[in-house]
Amino acid sequence: MKPRQKRFAFIVAGIAGLGIAVGLVLYALKDNVNLYFTPTQVFNKDAPVGRSFRIGGLVVANSLKREQDGLTVHFEVTDTAKTMPVVYKGILPDLFKEGKGVVAEGKLGDDGVFHAAQVLAKHDENYMPPEAKEALDEAKKAAAKAAAAAATK
Amino acid sequence: MVPEIGHFALIIALMLAILQGVLPIYGAARSNAVLMGMARPVAIGQFVFVATAFGCLAYALLTSDFSVLYVAEHSNSQLPAHYRFAALWGGHEGSLLLWTFLLTVWTVAVTQFSKHLPQEMVARVIGVMGLISVGFLTFMLFTSNPFERLLPAAMDGRDLNPLLQDPGMVIHPPMLYMGYVGFSVAFAFALSALLGGKLDATWARWSRPWTTVAWTFLTLGIALGSGWAYYELGWGGWWFWDPVENASFMPWLAGTALIHSLAVTEKRGAFKSWTVLLAISAFSLSLLGTFLVRSGVLTSVHAFATDPRRGIFILAFLVVVIGSSLLLFAWRAPKIGLGGKFELVSRESFLLSNNVLLSVAAASVFLGTLYPLFMDALGFGKLSVGPPYFNTVFVPLMVPMVLLMGLGPAARWKQSSVPDIWVRVRWAFGASLVIAVLLPFILGKWTPLIALGLMLAFWLISTALVDLRRRMLRAGGIKGQSRSYYGMQLAHFGVAVFIIGVTMVKGYEMERDVRMSPGDTVQAGGYSFRFDGVRDLEGPNYHARQGRVVILEDGKPVGQLFPEKRQYDASGMPMTEAAIKTGLFRDLYVSLGEPIPNSGGAWAVRVYYKPFVDWIWGGCVLMAFGGILALSDRRYRIHAKKKQESHAPDNTAHVAPETATGSTTA
Amino acid sequence: MMRFILPFVLFMVLAGFLYVGLGLKPHEVESPLIDKSAPAFSLPQLAEPAKNFSPEDMKGKVWLFNVWASWCESCKDEHPVLLALAQQNLVPIYGLDYKDKREDAEAWLHQAGNPYTLVASDADGRVGINYGVYGVPETYVIDKQGVIRYKQIGPVTLGSLKDTILPLVQKLEAQP
Repeated sequence: MKPRQKRFAFIVAGIAGLGIAVGLVLYALKDNVNLYFTPTQVFNKDAPVGRSFRIGGLVVANSLKREQDGLTVHFEVTDTAKTMPVVYKGILPDLFKEGKGVVAEGKLGDDGVFHAAQVLAKHDENYMPPEAKEALDEAKKAAAKAAAAAATK
Repeated sequence: MVPEIGHFALIIALMLAILQGVLPIYGAARSNAVLMGMARPVAIGQFVFVATAFGCLAYALLTSDFSVLYVAEHSNSQLPAHYRFAALWGGHEGSLLLWTFLLTVWTVAVTQFSKHLPQEMVARVIGVMGLISVGFLTFMLFTSNPFERLLPAAMDGRDLNPLLQDPGMVIHPPMLYMGYVGFSVAFAFALSALLGGKLDATWARWSRPWTTVAWTFLTLGIALGSGWAYYELGWGGWWFWDPVENASFMPWLAGTALIHSLAVTEKRGAFKSWTVLLAISAFSLSLLGTFLVRSGVLTSVHAFATDPRRGIFILAFLVVVIGSSLLLFAWRAPKIGLGGKFELVSRESFLLSNNVLLSVAAASVFLGTLYPLFMDALGFGKLSVGPPYFNTVFVPLMVPMVLLMGLGPAARWKQSSVPDIWVRVRWAFGASLVIAVLLPFILGKWTPLIALGLMLAFWLISTALVDLRRRMLRAGGIKGQSRSYYGMQLAHFGVAVFIIGVTMVKGYEMERDVRMSPGDTVQAGGYSFRFDGVRDLEGPNYHARQGRVVILEDGKPVGQLFPEKRQYDASGMPMTEAAIKTGLFRDLYVSLGEPIPNSGGAWAVRVYYKPFVDWIWGGCVLMAFGGILALSDRRYRIHAKKKQESHAPDNTAHVAPETATGSTTA
Repeated sequence: MMRFILPFVLFMVLAGFLYVGLGLKPHEVESPLIDKSAPAFSLPQLAEPAKNFSPEDMKGKVWLFNVWASWCESCKDEHPVLLALAQQNLVPIYGLDYKDKREDAEAWLHQAGNPYTLVASDADGRVGINYGVYGVPETYVIDKQGVIRYKQIGPVTLGSLKDTILPLVQKLEAQP
């Protein structure tokens, strides 16, 4: 092969490889990105039905109920403004606790119950998942806005 | 008193690090031998003072001096002594001290093992490492002082995070950091070459063994971390594509590419600027990993205490270190030249393709890890990228890479031909294909992914065997090959073992989450697991409820497992301690969920059957052994001998012809 | 030879993103009650249910108001910290026993030691709601005018005590 042809072949191979990689990344990102919603957003029907997403917030104190099979658990997640019911079948992580931050991944059912496929809690007990914090902040901002609006009326 | 000595030692170390970063580099630019000669003694001095600080913190921890904030926050009087010591790297400040300490260890190693190198080169390398150390010491002294006092002293400490109270955790961070920090040597060599403008193949030869050592540590460190997650987190998973894991995996991928690229640059003089860029990237990704883990910009399942103020500092440090080295690269790289020529079908181009694949893999992990941050910064809302993304991108990239791994050793340098290679590998190809198609039927379940995994693994093994046979038939025989050749083959064999482990676990594992009352049994993987209830236990610093699970095979008991649910006294943290019966071909894994209230002693229990799971870590260990074997190669020992013969700087080394490297792998 | 500058440019773009990223996640949840008067209440005292406690009683003093419960695991975390603080007599600690049974709470204090000057019993959790408690433990720093100046979410640690709470208490003590 002549140097020019060789150079050309390298470039073509390189571009083809890069193109495939970019395609793969885009394809994978399209299907595997979990959007994140707060209970308030879910209440406002901003969250998709039937598609997987994440919710975050605090587990409402005394909301944890266990079914007789011992594995299915019901609890409520709140961003202090709105509360939503969650059901999960499986073993909860060690640091799952009422009153503590939690992030759950799953789908919203037609019944308005969030069916979690995965429940995440942090290793560090003092720590609240940033997403859960975010949810609380959002709710507080909204509450402050509402209060301000009420005050100006 | 001792903590003050440690604090003071750190301040002196910072002064010395500044001297170490400035004088030798300035001296090299001015060809001033006196200033360049300062590099070694100053570096050793810095090591002594950082080691003193390290010892002081260890002393404070071991004597439970709770008037030191770090000790009060990360230790406890009931904590066993070895964990008190490990608490040294259980928190942010301590792990920074470990980082800096290891950096000085590497620097001293460079001063000791590079006496045959030209003085300018060594001066610049040690100078660059000194500058990195300045950054870390400043960071530590100004934002994260491990010796800060807590007055009045606490009654007792808050205890080490129970997750870290584990033998694996005692050695995992030092290993990982040895790897991270070790890449600073290759980085320093690359920068030194750029600064000096001598971008021939010699810098590659000198930095190769250092890179291999760092890579070996990093490999072991990651394997330990993965093994730790497997038995300590109680979910039976071994890799979660969590940002913290990715932070260690990206430098590994870049480092793996670097090792291969260095080999080509050394032997053939090709890919010169690419290799320099990889050396910069591998260390940059190590620093970035530190940033991601320590700053809290990413949500991770196991980020420990984080602090955004520190994030700003690390980011500034990153910008200075990486930014300036990339600018230097942009300035000097155009002068590097192209180096050795090679054909489209040649070992160089196979290695180049592998390099590209590894880099693309690193980039895709990088993108997936930081994508949530990018989207958030651009205002597209909060999102997370799940493990399926990584699997979807990673597997297709690794398939051609593994195929090339088999072809590389079979191809000639510079120019090879397709028919020639085909003749060499056709039997290996056929054999691996046949095994891949048939073996899953014997194992009981055939899926395309299992077949693909097995094919790749047997492709690696069979091409290695074919290559060994071919070389043995040639003159020289089995002893005629260099240790670096065997090291390479062993590491590649480790990859095959790793692939078998992953394929078998993914394909044939069984997982049962069940409610079990005492006396209940559950089946998994041909075994019955009988739950015999729980009892209470007292540990040194925790209470536990310990379950007893009897394993039965064909109705006969073959073993017992004792999974625990622990509650640590000082922190009140609950911990699931899984019980595992390890075997060469399968692990049996039981962990306790929660007790089920009002059920007469029933528990939620997790039972796993994990075939070949230990091969995953076995493969990593083999890769690391491959690295060690390559390091013991004759040509590195020749250098050691030279060193003994004359202590004077050996200036002939950098003009030595490339053929002097004793390459027999061609 | 522009291509050699490309890695630098890419890196700087990345650094920009990282910088923005650092500022994105507010790591402190601000309480809406900060710099507002502590909500008034009158609750029975834990030790002597016949007597009541009200924040009004505390006017003119800087004090810590710690929300806890005997069922709360992280409260056990911070308990030694509170005990150590109480021993130093730097600032009085008042407790709010949140959604708890009197017997359990007293048993726990008896067993683990009592850092509190006084504990108010909020059995139904109503006062907690007024204070915006969404998890226990939480700790409020309240100044001489009865204004909430700081809220600690989660356990009080030696670090937060040293870095934030005690300096703030000192500052507030100095104010009229």
